[in-house]
Amino acid sequence: MQPFELITVSSIPDAVKAQAASSTAQQGAPVRFIAGGTNLVDYMKINVETPRQLIDINGLPLAGIESTPDGGLKIGALARNSDVAHHELVKERYPVLSQALLSGASTQLRNMATTAGNLLQKTRCVYYRDTAYGCNKRQPGSGCSAIGGHNRMLALLGTSDKCIASNPSDQNVALMALDATIHVTGIKGDRAVPIDKFFLLPGQTPERETVLEPGDLITHVTLPPVPSGAKSLYLKLRDRASYEFALASAAIVLKQSGGRVESVQVALGGIGAVPWRSHEAERALTGKVVSAVNFRAAAEAALHGARPQSQNGFKVELAKRCLAHALAQAAAQA
Amino acid sequence: MAQQQEQAPERIQNSKIIGVATPRIDGPQKTTGTAMYTSDHHFPGLVYAWPTTATVSSGTVQKIDASFAEKMPGVLAVYTHENLGRLYRVPPGPMLTLMIDETRPPLEDTTIRYYGQYVAVAVAETMEQARAAAEAVKVTYTKSAHNTADQLLTASRELTTNESPKTDENASGVKEVTKRGDTANALASTHTTHDAVYSTPTETHNPIELHASLAVYKDGRFTLYETSQAVVNHRDVLAAMLGVPPDKVQVITRFLGSGFGGKLWPWPHSALASACSRNLGRPVKLVVSRSMMFESVGHRPAIDQRIQLAATPEGKFTAIQHDYVNHTSIQDDYDEGCGEATGILYSCPNLLVTAGMARRNVGTPTSMRGPGAVPGLYALESAVDELAIKLKIDPVQFRLMNEPQVDETNGKPFSSRHLKECLTTGAEKFGWEKRNAAVGSMKNASGQTLGWGMAACSWGAMKTDAEATVELRADGTARVATGAQDIGGGTYTVIAQMVSHETGVPVEKVEVVLGDSSLPPGPISGGSWATASLTPAVLEAARSATQAILLAATKSDGSPFKGKKQDDLEFVNNSVHLKGQAGPTLSTSDVLKLAKAQSVNATGKSRGLFGDPHAKYSFHSYGAQFVEVTWEPEIARLRVSRVVTVIDGGRMLNPRTAQNQIEGAVVMGVGMAMLEATEYDQRTGQPINNNLADYIVAVAADCPHIDVTFLDYPDFNLNPLGARGVGEIGLAGVAAAITNAVYHATGVRVRRLPVRIEDLLAAPEHTRAIA
Ligand SMILES: Cc1cc2nc3c(=O)[nH]c(=O)nc-3n(C[C@H](O)[C@H](O)[C@H](O)COP(=O)(O)OP(=O)(O)OC[C@H]3O[C@@H](n4cnc5c(N)ncnc54)[C@H](O)[C@@H]3O)c2cc1C
Repeated sequence: MQPFELITVSSIPDAVKAQAASSTAQQGAPVRFIAGGTNLVDYMKINVETPRQLIDINGLPLAGIESTPDGGLKIGALARNSDVAHHELVKERYPVLSQALLSGASTQLRNMATTAGNLLQKTRCVYYRDTAYGCNKRQPGSGCSAIGGHNRMLALLGTSDKCIASNPSDQNVALMALDATIHVTGIKGDRAVPIDKFFLLPGQTPERETVLEPGDLITHVTLPPVPSGAKSLYLKLRDRASYEFALASAAIVLKQSGGRVESVQVALGGIGAVPWRSHEAERALTGKVVSAVNFRAAAEAALHGARPQSQNGFKVELAKRCLAHALAQAAAQA
Repeated sequence: MAQQQEQAPERIQNSKIIGVATPRIDGPQKTTGTAMYTSDHHFPGLVYAWPTTATVSSGTVQKIDASFAEKMPGVLAVYTHENLGRLYRVPPGPMLTLMIDETRPPLEDTTIRYYGQYVAVAVAETMEQARAAAEAVKVTYTKSAHNTADQLLTASRELTTNESPKTDENASGVKEVTKRGDTANALASTHTTHDAVYSTPTETHNPIELHASLAVYKDGRFTLYETSQAVVNHRDVLAAMLGVPPDKVQVITRFLGSGFGGKLWPWPHSALASACSRNLGRPVKLVVSRSMMFESVGHRPAIDQRIQLAATPEGKFTAIQHDYVNHTSIQDDYDEGCGEATGILYSCPNLLVTAGMARRNVGTPTSMRGPGAVPGLYALESAVDELAIKLKIDPVQFRLMNEPQVDETNGKPFSSRHLKECLTTGAEKFGWEKRNAAVGSMKNASGQTLGWGMAACSWGAMKTDAEATVELRADGTARVATGAQDIGGGTYTVIAQMVSHETGVPVEKVEVVLGDSSLPPGPISGGSWATASLTPAVLEAARSATQAILLAATKSDGSPFKGKKQDDLEFVNNSVHLKGQAGPTLSTSDVLKLAKAQSVNATGKSRGLFGDPHAKYSFHSYGAQFVEVTWEPEIARLRVSRVVTVIDGGRMLNPRTAQNQIEGAVVMGVGMAMLEATEYDQRTGQPINNNLADYIVAVAADCPHIDVTFLDYPDFNLNPLGARGVGEIGLAGVAAAITNAVYHATGVRVRRLPVRIEDLLAAPEHTRAIA
C-alpha cells in the first residue's frame, strides 16, 4: 500500500472541490472519495489503487432513503446496502433491489458498503488485481491478460479486444432493470444521468468505466415507480451457495395481463462488461404469451451477441437458463 | 473376521470420563482471544521480515538490485543468496525424523523452479515497511520454459514421468506399490470390466491461520515460535539447517489455527526468519501472506488415476488395478500414496497398484488431510460405483459382497474391522432401501431432483513413539506435559481426560502443557496418530505418578499406611486406600503433606508401531459415507443437502471433539468435490486464484445436514484405551459419494474434480426425460 493522506469533509461543495484536484475520476485517480471502503481499501492494499489522498465523505448527509412525489424512491449515496435491502419501501416496491443486495457479499460487508460505492465497485478480474500482469483497465496499453487466461468469471457481452472484465455488482443489475437515475454533483453543478448512460463499454479505453469527471460526487439514486401490478425479482447463480459473485444473474420487472406480457424490464449480471440491460429480451417478450417457450426465446435473444472466451463459454447457456427461470418465477408470482 | 481383541480392563469400559462428551478445555481461551497463536507473540525489539518472491516459474536470477529498497524507511536489511548466511541441507533421518518436503534451503542458489520461490527477504521495523521494501527489490531473470500443465497421464493413458529435465540419480519411474495375483490376465479374461481415469486438481491448504515464524536468536540459541504440527521434528530440521545442535533450538506452538497437514514439516519461511534473526540479533517475525500460501508451503498435488476393475457377473471382484501419477516439484519427490486403501478395502485375488510422478514447476507438494487415501478413494469408489451400475447390483450390496477376511496385502488379521456394519448402519440411517436406482428418478417435496450416492472408506491406524510426564500436586491438581501439539482437534482435552481417568483428578484441575520441543518428545499431529500414540505414554506416566504416591504413603510418618506393602494399596479417585477394604483413605494432598513434598512426577514412554514389520495386526479405521444431492436442472444448481457418515474409528475418547472432526471433514469433502481447485496460469505458472475470494471453499450455506455415527468398537490391540483417531477418516470417501450422487441425480459422471456447473449443464435433457 502506498502512503496516503486522509481528509474529512463536512459539506458537499468541499467534497467536490477536494476531488476536483484529481486529474481523473477514473482508474488511477490520485484523489478518491472513500465511503464504506470495502472495495477501495482492498485494492489499495495490493497497489491497484494508489491514491495519494482519500476524502472521507461519511459525514455528509447522504444516507437517507425516502419516497419521491411520483411514487418512486430516492436512495442516498451513503445509504448502507443493508439499510437499503431491509427498508420497508424497498421491500414493498422494489423486491428485486432488496434481493440483489442481499445476495451479495456478507452481512458484515453490506453493513459497511454504500449505494454509490457499490455502483462504482471494480471488476474482480484476477489480472486487474495482480500488478505483475498486463491489464488495459489498470494500466492502459499494457494488454489484456484475461484473454487466453483465467477468464471463467468474465464477460460475454459488451467486451472488446482490450478488455473482457465483467461488472461484478448485484445491486447494479437491479438498478439497471429499474431504470435508475444517478444524481451527480460536480464543479459544473448538478446533473442526472440515466443508468444506461452512466457506465461506459470498455471499447478502446477500458480504464474509463463511467461518465464521472474530476470533482463528481454521487449524491443519490432515484428509482421511478414500477408499473402497478408488476412483479420484480432477482435470481443469482454461482458456484457456492453464498458469499460469491454471480456467474450469471437476472433482474426482472414483469407485468402481465390476460396471459400476455404487458411490459418487461430485463437486466443481466455476471456476463456483461457493464450491468447488462437487455432490450433484445424485452422486445422478444413484450406482448407475447406467458410461456416457457417464449421465455427461452427471450433468453436466446438476450445472449445473441455473446462472445465467449476460453473458459466462460458455459455461461452462455447458464445465463439463458437463469433468465428464462427468473422470468418464469416472476410470471408465477402474479 | 479375525478380530482377536484383548479384553479391556473393566475400569476403562465403565469410565465416567473416557468416552464422555467433554467440552474443550481450551475453549474459553479461544473464545476470549487469550489463546496465543504464533503470530500473536511479540518481543521487545521485534522486527518484521517479508520475502520477495519470483515472478517467473523457471529460470535463473540474473540480478537483484536492492539498493533502493535498502534505503527505504525502517529497513534494516535486504538479504539475498549473496548475504543471507549459511543454511544447510537436512540429511535424511531414520523413519519419521528430519522430515522436510522442500529440501532446498531458501536462497540457496539462483535457480528458479517455481513461481513464488523466495529470492530475497527484507527486514524492517514494521511489517508494512518490510513489505514495501520487499516489493521494491528489483529482480531480473533469465527465463526458461516451464511446465505447470495438469495433464499427467498421456492421451494413451500410459503413465508418464519425469517429463521435465532432472538429474537422473533421483529420477523415479513408475513403481509397484502393492501387487497380488495376475491382474493383467484377470482383466483380459473377465466379462464385466471398467476402465476410467479420475483426475483431481491441485488443492491448497487454506487454514485461516497463516503460516508464520517468529525467530528469537540470543546467545547462540534459537527460540522459534512456529505454526507447526510437529514441534520436535521442526526443532531437529531447523537445527540441521542452521548448523547447530538440537539443544540450541526450541520450537513452540501453543495453539494452531489449523494445518490440515500443511504445517507438518518446516517450510522455507521458517529458515528465512531464523537466518534473519541470526544476522540481526533481533527477534524477527515472518507471516506468510495468503497468496504465498498458494506457492511455497505445500499443497495436495494434481493427480491422474486410472482404475481398472473386473468382476464376475455375480459381483465378485476378480481384478483391481490402480495406476496413479501425481505431480511433484522439480527438486523433490513427493508421492501422494493414492493406493493407501486400495489393497485392503476389498477382497480381490488379482490386484496391482502403481505410482508415478510428473515434474512440474510448482512448489513441493505435501500431505493434505488424508493424503493418498482421500484422492485414492475418490477414484476407487467412483469406479466401484460405475462397475456396480454395469453389473446392476446395488452399490451397498456390491461392497458387502467383497468383504475380505484378512488383510490380503500381507495376510495379517485385521485388528478391528467393522466396515460391513458401517455400510449397513449407514444404509439404514440414510433410508437407502427407498432408493430408486434410475437416474433422475427421485424428487423431494418441492419437486427438486434428488441424487443418492455412497462410498466406503478407510484410513490407516498407527501409533508412534511418545513420551509424557505427569505431575500430581499437593493442591489437588495435576500437570501433564508432552512435546505434542493441539492443532485444533482437541488434544488438550483428550489428554486431560486420560489423566483424569487414571488419577481421579477432575478434568478441570488437569493442566495440560503441549507445543514445546523442550518437553518430553511427543508424536506429530498428523496421520490421525496423535491420540493413539499419546494414550499409552500418558496412561503410563499417570500410573507411575500414582505408584509414587502409594510408595510415599507406605513410607511417610503419620500415614495410616506406613509400613504396609505398596501392593496392598490401591489408588482410586486421587486418594490411597487399602485394596478391597473399607477403612482409612488418604488423599494425594494428604500423602504429599506427610511426605513434606510439593508433588510427584513420573514419566511414561511408549513404543510405536510405525514401520514395524512384526506388527501382529493390520490396523485401519473404516467408514461409510451416504450423500444426498439436490438438483435443479432448470438453473443447473446442485447442492449437497444431506450426509450420513458412519465411522469405525476405535474407541471415541471424546465423542464431542470426535464428531466435530468428522463434521468438519465432511464439509471439507464438499469443498473438494464441488469447489476447490488451485488454477495455474499456464503462461506464467502462477497459481492465479491465490486468495480466498477466487479459491472458493465451502461456506456455512454449503454445509449439508450431517449425521455422524460412531460404531465405537475399541481397538485394544493398538493401545489400552482402544483409541485410533478420527482426524482424517471423515474426509475419505466423501468426494466419491458426492460424485456418485451427482450421477444418480443428473446422469453426469464427473471424473475430474471439482464438479462444476460446466459439467452439469451437460446433463441429458436436464435429466427430466430420463425419469
Ligand atoms: C469479500 C467480498 C465479497 C463481495 N461480494 C459481493 C457480491 O457478491 N456482490 C456484489 O455486488 N458485491 C460484492 N462485494 C462488493 C461490495 O458490494 C463492494 O465492496 C461495496 O459495495 C463497495 O461499497 P463501499 O461503500 O465500501 O465503497 P468504497 O470502497 O468506499 O468505494 C468504492 C469506489 O466508489 C467511490 N465512491 C464511493 N462513494 C462515492 C460517491 N458518493 N461519489 C463518487 N464516488 C464514490 C470510491 O471513491 C471508490 O472508488 C464484495 C466485496 C467483498 C470484499
